[in-house]
Amino acid sequence: MSEPGVVIVGAGHAGGTAAALLRQYGYEAPITIVGDEPVAPYQRPPLSKAWLKGETDAEALMLRPLTFYADHKIELILDVKVTAIHRAAKTVALDDGRTIAYDQLILALGSRARPLPIPGADLAGVLFLRSAADAETLKAAIGPGKRLAVIGGGYIGLEAAASGRTLGADVVVLEREPRLLARVACETLSTFFQRYHEARGVTFELGAQAVAFEGEGGKLTGVKLADGRMIPCDEALVGVGALPNEELAKEAGLDCSGGIVVDMHARTSDPAIFAIGDVTHRPLPLYDRMFRLESVANALEQAKQAAAAIAGRPPPPPEVTWNWSDQYDVKLQLAGIAFDSDDILVRGDPATAKFAVFHLKGPVIRAVEAVNAPAEFMAARQLIGSQRPIDRAKLADAAISMKEVAAS
Amino acid sequence: MAKITYIEFNGAEHVVDVKPGLSVMEGAVKNNIPGIDADCGGACACATCHVYVDAAWKDKTGSQSAMEESMLDFAENVEPNSRLSCQIKVTDALDGLVVRMPQSQH
Repeated sequence: MSEPGVVIVGAGHAGGTAAALLRQYGYEAPITIVGDEPVAPYQRPPLSKAWLKGETDAEALMLRPLTFYADHKIELILDVKVTAIHRAAKTVALDDGRTIAYDQLILALGSRARPLPIPGADLAGVLFLRSAADAETLKAAIGPGKRLAVIGGGYIGLEAAASGRTLGADVVVLEREPRLLARVACETLSTFFQRYHEARGVTFELGAQAVAFEGEGGKLTGVKLADGRMIPCDEALVGVGALPNEELAKEAGLDCSGGIVVDMHARTSDPAIFAIGDVTHRPLPLYDRMFRLESVANALEQAKQAAAAIAGRPPPPPEVTWNWSDQYDVKLQLAGIAFDSDDILVRGDPATAKFAVFHLKGPVIRAVEAVNAPAEFMAARQLIGSQRPIDRAKLADAAISMKEVAAS
Repeated sequence: MAKITYIEFNGAEHVVDVKPGLSVMEGAVKNNIPGIDADCGGACACATCHVYVDAAWKDKTGSQSAMEESMLDFAENVEPNSRLSCQIKVTDALDGLVVRMPQSQH
């Protein structure tokens, strides 16, 4: 009987990439991917961006062509859930009754949309955006003249709002906090995006708490706010954050702390089990702490760590975390995290829609939020990693190139 | 279809047919050619699909956008014929295109 090989639970960006990298690194034993969606691994970021606007098709979303998995002897078990991990026996139980064995297990369980526990959440027209199926439903719902209420002014909500406007829908964004992107971006950026969206016809209700979905005949008609107002709409998209799918790991007794706890090899508290992507609570060596990240860059970095550890290769060097967002013609690029920063420096003028916000700790850049400013993003990504001190006066002067800032 | 030759840093050649309309990056990913990472999936957000366009094809592949130029400015081992392959659209006119890959995308 042959060895069981690697079993990957989760057929998302992280899981699909880990399988491909294992083969690229010369791993020859069997690889099995178990996913609970009916489709092979695909890219989620375009679901709220280019795909939603109809600029790219379903085929372009696929992480790899289907032939890839057969060609590389990677077995895909789709539309099936893993119900338990039996660590002593090194097996996982599937909801179709099967049990499969592993030498190493990679948990790429992802995250799920945080529910909004208010009355009426089961009405038709209350939508979430996480999977390709969610995106299909949303896309069908947001045509010209349709009224879309977006609950939550985070990145998903704002990207959906931009795509909705581009497709001709009326869009109102309801945000509980007094500003947009309150948990994830600085105030300069919040203000910029609010104005940019308003100029394109999006309405905002800030400090607005949704308390109920109202409906007729099982179909959504509006969102009721805490101040008693009713916001009429045809569809409501709930974008209030994500929760890690860590339950399976918890039940198996793995260390979890708002995500599955892993080290820089993506290894969990069980040496035969790895975890990668949105589901992990991972070390951030540059910031000297543990954190849970939700990004493609994080999924890819940890896929590399796990694949390298399993294939017996040296661990990859730690990366500077990064992310991006597309809204209308604005490209926002983010690098690093603003942990422990003591000052904020804006380079360029937000009114020109080309600027960057640097988060500094003394003379060292900790994070950047770059709006249509790729040079600032690329330079900062390198400077965040090297922790090289910069000349603040030069950084603040947009007439001095980032090459010169980085070299000084 | 356009025949495109992708040459890895170690010299390994991959000759594949790519459908017009796709990008040169997508042509590589769909054919499982290693050496083009394309972390962002073609959003011109990451500069991990860097290639060198063979001299004979420089004009036909067009020029860099301002965005692409700024991204490449900070990539490793950039040459005058460097491009981000997600920004080169494949057309019938690119039948025969040859691109080479850098040592690393990170």
